[in-house]
Amino acid sequence: MTGNLAIHADGLRKSYPGPGGEAEAVRGLGLSVAKGEFFGLLGPNGAGKSTTIGMLTTMVRPTAGRAEVCGLDVAADAVAVKRRIGVVAQDNTLDIELTVAENLEFRGRYFGLGRRDARARARDLLTLFGLFDRARARVFELSGGQLKRVMIARALVHRPDVLFLDEPTAGLDPRSRLHLWDVLRGLQAKGQTILLTTHHMEEAETLCDRLAVIDQGRVLACDSVRALRETVGAETVVTVVYEGGAFDLAAVRAMARADRVEATDGQVRVFAGDPDGVLSDLVALAAKAGLTVVDASQLAPSLETVFLTLTGREFRE
Amino acid sequence: MTTTVPTGTRAAKNRARALHTFGAMMARDARVLRRTFVMSAVRIVIQPLLFVFVFAYVLPKVGGGGAGPGGEAFSTVMVPGLVGSSMVLQAMAAVTFPLVMELSGPGAIEDRALAPVSVRVLGLQKILSAVVEGLVAGLLVFPVVLLVHAQGHGPAVEVANWPMLVFVLLAGAVLAASIGMYLATRIDPRQIQVLFTLVMFPAMMLGCVYFRWTALESTPWLQYAVLLNPMVYMNEGLRAVLTPQIDSMPAWAFLTALLVGAVVFGWLAMRSFARRVLR
Ligand SMILES: Nc1ncnc2c1ncn2[C@@H]1O[C@H](COP(=O)(O)OP(=O)(O)OP(=O)(O)O)[C@@H](O)[C@H]1O
Ligand SMILES: [Mg+2]
Repeated sequence: MTGNLAIHADGLRKSYPGPGGEAEAVRGLGLSVAKGEFFGLLGPNGAGKSTTIGMLTTMVRPTAGRAEVCGLDVAADAVAVKRRIGVVAQDNTLDIELTVAENLEFRGRYFGLGRRDARARARDLLTLFGLFDRARARVFELSGGQLKRVMIARALVHRPDVLFLDEPTAGLDPRSRLHLWDVLRGLQAKGQTILLTTHHMEEAETLCDRLAVIDQGRVLACDSVRALRETVGAETVVTVVYEGGAFDLAAVRAMARADRVEATDGQVRVFAGDPDGVLSDLVALAAKAGLTVVDASQLAPSLETVFLTLTGREFRE
Repeated sequence: MTTTVPTGTRAAKNRARALHTFGAMMARDARVLRRTFVMSAVRIVIQPLLFVFVFAYVLPKVGGGGAGPGGEAFSTVMVPGLVGSSMVLQAMAAVTFPLVMELSGPGAIEDRALAPVSVRVLGLQKILSAVVEGLVAGLLVFPVVLLVHAQGHGPAVEVANWPMLVFVLLAGAVLAASIGMYLATRIDPRQIQVLFTLVMFPAMMLGCVYFRWTALESTPWLQYAVLLNPMVYMNEGLRAVLTPQIDSMPAWAFLTALLVGAVVFGWLAMRSFARRVLR
C-alpha cells in the first residue's frame, strides 16, 4: 500500500518532558509524500517542523505513531532508513574539525565509498555547487550561503532517495536564496524526492508541488498550493485594528460583500470573495462610531490567507 | 519482482557495511589527530617530562634525594604512575571534550549520528578511538620517563607479564574512555572547567602516581579512600607488571576493579550516550 510512497507518517506524536509537564511538539501528524515529489511543510516558529523532520530522519524518537521512509519503519529499521536519506538540518551540522572537501569525503566513506571514490565524489559535488575554490577552507570560514550549499552537497554524497531540508534558506540574503532555489529546482528536475520545511510563503509557493500547512504540531491542510488557494484561502481578508470603543458588528455583518466576519477585542476581520470597497466601508464604519483605526490591511488570496483562514492568526516572518 | 536474499547473507552484508562505516569514522579521527599531533604530543608529554626532569634529574643532582618511601628510586616509582595517568587523562579527554561540544550545539552530533550505523556502534567507535589516543599517549610518555634522569638514578623497568600488561593497558583505557563518555553526557558544558579542577587534578594527585599504593599503609583511611579513584588501578596494575620489584596492590584487586569498572562504566556510558543522541 505504501509501496510507491517515499514518506508515510501516521499519528506521529512527540512530547518532551519539561518543567511544566509534558510539552507536545507534534500531536498526531500524518502525511504522505510520493516518489519524485517536492513536498513542503509550512508552519510558523515552533509549529513542530524540525521535530517532524527529526522523527522522519530517525534522530528523534516518536512518542507515538509510526512513520516509514521508502517503506522502511523509522524506528525499527533506522539504519536502513539512514542509508536512503540525505538531511540538511536547520543548524550547522558540519564537522568543524574537517575542511569542506573532507566533510564530503568522509560522508562518502561513512556510506560505504572507498577512499578514492569518496574523494572523486566530493570533488564532483563541490564543482557542481560552485564551491570548488572553497574545498580546503575550514567550516568556520564559510558564509551562511556557502554553508548551506556545503550541507546540501554533503547530504547528496551517497545519492539518497529522499532529501530532507529544514528551513534551508532561513537567514540567507535574497540572492543566496534565489541561488538555492535554483539548486533545489535542478535536483527536483532530476527526479529527487524532496521534503522541505519553511516559514517563507513565497518559497513554499514557488518550489513545492504539495504543501502541508502545520501549526501546533498538527496538519491543518494538505494539498497543492493552487488547490489550497482556491479552496481554503480563496477569499480576500480585510483586517482593521482599532481603539477607542466597540465596532458596530451588526453593521459589518450587513455589508453586502462580507462573506464571513471574525471579531476579537480591538480587531475586526472580514473574509470576502469580492473585496471591492470592503476596506473603505470598514474604515467609514469605524469613523462613524468614533473609533481610531490603528492598522488596516487587505490580503489577496494567497498562502497567507490560507493560513489565516485555518488558524485565525496572521503568519508573520 | 522481489528477490529473496537469505537472511544470513543479508546480516553478514550489513555487518560488513557497519564495519566499513566504523573504519571510516576511525580514519576521520586519525585524520584529525594527525593534524593536531605535534601540539597534542607536546601537551601530553610536558607534564610527565617536567616531573621526571625535576625529581629524577634536578633533585638528585642538587642532593635533594631521588629515593622514594621504600628506599626504591623515585624514578622507578614514577614510570608506571606517569605512563598510566597520562593514558587515563588522554583517553578521558579524547572522548569528553569533543563529545561535550557535539552535544552542546544544536544538531552537531548529527554529522555522524546520520551515518548508517546504530547509535551503539557510534558510541563504541568513540570509545575505541579514545582508547587508541590513550595508548598513543602512553607510548609518547614511556620513553620520556624512562630516559630522563640523572646518572645512577635511572628507573629499573622490565615487562614481567605480557598478557597482564596488555590487559591492564586495554581495560584501563576502556575504563577511562567510558568514564569520559559518561561525564560528557551528564555534565553541563559550562562546567567543563570544574571537571578539570574537581575531577582530573585530584585524580592525578591522589592516583598513586608519585607513590605506591602499599606505601599508604601508614594512613589507612587514605589507602581506602583512594580506591574510589579509578586511576589507581591502572597505575598499580602497570606498577605490578613494569616494576615487579616494587610492592603493589594485589593483582586480583586491580584486575577485578579494571574489568568490572570497564564493563559497568562502559554500559552506563553507552546508555547515557544513546539517550543524549536520540532525542
Ligand atoms: N529538545 C527539545 N526539548 C524540549 N522541547 C523541544 C525540544 N525540541 C523542540 N521543542 C519544542 O517543541 C516545539 C516544536 O519545535 P520545533 O523545533 O519542531 O519547531 P519548528 O517548527 O521547527 O520551529 P522553527 O521554525 O522555530 O524552527 C517548540 O515548542 C519547541 O520549544
Ligand atoms: Mg525548526
